[in-house]
Amino acid sequence: MYKALVYVTLKPSILDPQGNAVQVGLNSLGFDNVKDVRIGKYLEVTLEAEDKASALAQTEEMCKKLLANPVIENYRFDLMEV
Amino acid sequence: MRFGVVVFPGTSGEADCYHVLKEVMGSEVDYIWHQSIKFEKEYDCIILPGGFSHGDYLRAGSIAHFAPIMEQVKKFAQNGGLVLGIGNGFQILTEAGLLPGAFLRNKDLKFICKEVYVRVENNETPFTNNYEQGQVINIPIAHGEGSYFCDEETLEELRANNQIVLRYSSSTGEIKENYNPNGSIDNIASIINKEGNVLGMMPHPERCAEKILGNDLGKYFFTSIVKWLDGGANHGK
Amino acid sequence: MANNSEKPWVELGLTDYEYNLIKDILGREPNFVELNVFSAMWSEHCSYKSSKNVLKTFPTEGPQVLQGPGENAGVVDIGDGLAIAFKVESHNSPSAVEPYQGAATGVGGIIRDIFTMGARPIALLNSLRFGALNSPKSRWLFEEVVSGIAGYGNSIGVPTVGGEVYFHPSYENNPLVNAMCVGLLKHEDLAKGVASGVGNPVMIVGAKTGRDGIHGASFSSEDLGATEEKRPTVQAGDPFMEKLLMEACLELIKTGNVVGMQDMGAAGLTSSSCEMASRGNSGIEMDVALVPRREEGMTPYEILLSESQERMLVVPQKGMEEEVKKIFNKWGLEAVVIGRVTDDGIWRVKEGDQIVAEIPAKGLTDMCPVYDPEAQRNLVMDKIQNCDLIDLAEPKDYNQVLLDLLGRPTIASKEWVYEQYDYLGGINTVIPPGSSAAVIRIKGTNKGVALTVDCNSRYVYLDPYQGAMIAVSEAARNLVCSGAKPLAITNCLNFGNPEKPEIFWHFKEAVRGMGDACRELNTPVTGGNVSMFNETRGEAVLPTPVVGMVGLVEDISKVCTNSFKNEGDLVILLGENTDELGGSEYLAMFHGLEAGRPPHLDLAKEKALQQLTLELIAKNYAKSAQDISEGGLSVALAECCIKGNIGVDINLEDKIRPSALLFGEGQSRIIISATKENLDRIKELAFEYHVPFSLIGKVGGNQLTINGSEFTVSLPIFDIIDRYKGAIPCTMNN
Repeated sequence: MYKALVYVTLKPSILDPQGNAVQVGLNSLGFDNVKDVRIGKYLEVTLEAEDKASALAQTEEMCKKLLANPVIENYRFDLMEV
Repeated sequence: MRFGVVVFPGTSGEADCYHVLKEVMGSEVDYIWHQSIKFEKEYDCIILPGGFSHGDYLRAGSIAHFAPIMEQVKKFAQNGGLVLGIGNGFQILTEAGLLPGAFLRNKDLKFICKEVYVRVENNETPFTNNYEQGQVINIPIAHGEGSYFCDEETLEELRANNQIVLRYSSSTGEIKENYNPNGSIDNIASIINKEGNVLGMMPHPERCAEKILGNDLGKYFFTSIVKWLDGGANHGK
Repeated sequence: MANNSEKPWVELGLTDYEYNLIKDILGREPNFVELNVFSAMWSEHCSYKSSKNVLKTFPTEGPQVLQGPGENAGVVDIGDGLAIAFKVESHNSPSAVEPYQGAATGVGGIIRDIFTMGARPIALLNSLRFGALNSPKSRWLFEEVVSGIAGYGNSIGVPTVGGEVYFHPSYENNPLVNAMCVGLLKHEDLAKGVASGVGNPVMIVGAKTGRDGIHGASFSSEDLGATEEKRPTVQAGDPFMEKLLMEACLELIKTGNVVGMQDMGAAGLTSSSCEMASRGNSGIEMDVALVPRREEGMTPYEILLSESQERMLVVPQKGMEEEVKKIFNKWGLEAVVIGRVTDDGIWRVKEGDQIVAEIPAKGLTDMCPVYDPEAQRNLVMDKIQNCDLIDLAEPKDYNQVLLDLLGRPTIASKEWVYEQYDYLGGINTVIPPGSSAAVIRIKGTNKGVALTVDCNSRYVYLDPYQGAMIAVSEAARNLVCSGAKPLAITNCLNFGNPEKPEIFWHFKEAVRGMGDACRELNTPVTGGNVSMFNETRGEAVLPTPVVGMVGLVEDISKVCTNSFKNEGDLVILLGENTDELGGSEYLAMFHGLEAGRPPHLDLAKEKALQQLTLELIAKNYAKSAQDISEGGLSVALAECCIKGNIGVDINLEDKIRPSALLFGEGQSRIIISATKENLDRIKELAFEYHVPFSLIGKVGGNQLTINGSEFTVSLPIFDIIDRYKGAIPCTMNN
């Protein structure tokens, strides 16, 4: 069994109003040093696979097909055996 | 003339489209279940209605586009059949790759339901031929992820091919950022594919197609379709 | 439980008397599970044990009532074989702790109550109360509650078409979130929460059961400040799941195979199953091991009391189990048989072969003791009610007062709120939010229904009898101004701790006032909800008995809105201006006083006014109609101008001090506009109904002008729109 920790983030060029709102919030709490906040999605995918290579390939495909939309999002993931 | 309205789990606009097509337009119309692997009848136009297909969890429209029926919708579109995506339907069309671009959350992060003005940028489509070029219409929007996005290159292409069909404007047709309710790039409210038979729009024409609801300007999207089809256009067969 | 190890029931909120009664009912000591089940079912939240005797005094019958109190929702007839199911319910305490989910699941719960009756939900409304908006906590609660309502309602596809929002410091720690749902059904599809027919299966459908909200029922029955540690995990809503559940249940009811159906709200599986058995004079035997679970290792106690959302209990006809499963599977949902209906009247729960609990079903419902808490008017009321309001200083600048009133969050435009709600879905919304009442057309007929929720809790605080009468009257007036005949009400009675005699006095008096008004206006009570213990560290909210009312529009083409329409239309006041400032928004804002008596209400006059207005609208004489409420005559006129984006020129001859004339909230007044041609006919009709009539001005221009003998108000429409629409966004975007 493998667990993929998938991080989906907005591409740097895409405006992130939610992140901006959080940044303003942090600044108003006194964290003046916060210069930027970007919000993304974090997914934990538990999957069965024959070996790590196949788990890797499958996760890659999941990201491309569904978990991230390449028009607006980037993704990366960590894979571990559980 | 027969319309098919696709029903995904979580869509709620199907009954609204059905009502307008049947009761206002007097057309034949069927619901098509998302699990269907083929169309049971011959259709002249397929509508992907608004709502929250699969809860719009993950991204709006992202799960619906894997439904078995979408293979049929794609084939239908490739054969030139008319496909209209409204609201969530537009989001599904972009996720499915039938239209370019993607959707982001509204710029102020809140769901917005209100009547806005849009300017008709292209009235030479099967969906807008009953409007004047440059006509300004008021029409309701209702969405949380309605900010249309595409990269600069795609935008240039959309412009070059006259694929931008509606843009958010003032009541007099002025196009400025402050008339843009959701942050869409270039105030885009609706686009059509290069071939001119698949249209997505965030505003809801089916919600303003009857006088009793205070506004029937949306009806002409549907009369445009009927006129186009009556004119002997390709029926996607 | 350290302090009460001898008496575990005390920790669970049961008295010694109640514990002994439980022993009598069982003929033995209850086990752990049974004791917890009694604790939940006999909590105020589930049993209404302190309010039941008072609620009995409501009028509940009428030819229009198809289903009165006691079911999941009330049902009224609207003709053509159609009926409306409707109910309002509170979700106050969860919303105080987790406002987004609290509000969202409140919406989810009330929608289930409606489709359980076999009705398709067609509209949502809500009545919200928050602390003053200058408090960051109130702004947070407001923002999250609105977004929770939007998140759930929009997603499930039921339009939120109306509501009300008030702001008052008493709600700072105890916001009120009351959600109302309205559904449409054919008479023959009416379903009830009844389990009967020996051997019929008991099925659980919808979401899996987790550990959410265990002890929510008893949590709702306690002072918030005292329970920081006992705070349960708040339930999370899944509108997508509920949309599927709704479609599946409605499809199932159409098959005619359903004996009974009930949603799982407070006390989850326990309350739904024992209430269904009790109503059906049956028993139920079920096995908790068969309940589909989301978490591992759940005990029978947890399964029985879980408040996981989006679940229903269904009793179909015997032999129809596979049919039921087929429908639910089509919608991607589980439907599992967990038990059977029996004839021994016992609510019997097993885990596999082992009996976990065995209690007479009625022991949990009808046999719960009923109390008559002491009710005592607090003497401080004398001082408050008799406060001298005659010698108050008049303001220097009436323009400024009017602008400030229009900018008061309670009065200001709620556009910021309702534009977050999808109020158009279903394409029935003929009058959207922002007018007196919302109007929804009924497709396939020429009819519509008008909907509103109302309550001015300051009035109720100052005089609960009058205040509650006003709540009913104002709701009816709002419907009438839209062209609808009031049919019936549902209510949500939000109060503090009923064990305090002064609180219970307010409760009793409010119920008496509401009952009297409902009798006079022929709007019986078809159901509702009582929410007690809305207090934190002894500070209770203002008594807030919210009225949700449904009215019938016979001819949908004749609905009426409050906006002034055309240049030159005449403006007519129906009813009489009075010198009353008690309980007004002006008094609170300008003099910092919440005192005096609320405006006097004469039900006979009110009724005549409403009948007159209905006739004027039906005859197309009235082009607009607006009732006068918070902020008085001047605010009412301003709203007509704002909505119509047109000015008005008013002349008032009343010999009343200007502040009361402009801002007093005297009752039974409606402003209409009409063409000159119809003036005499309107006058004659007003005379026939014995309603005071005065021609007070003319629509036109771009200025709101009100002239009196001692004052002039004159403001550009642009300025009042700016203030009225800008107030809430300005505060919230800061």
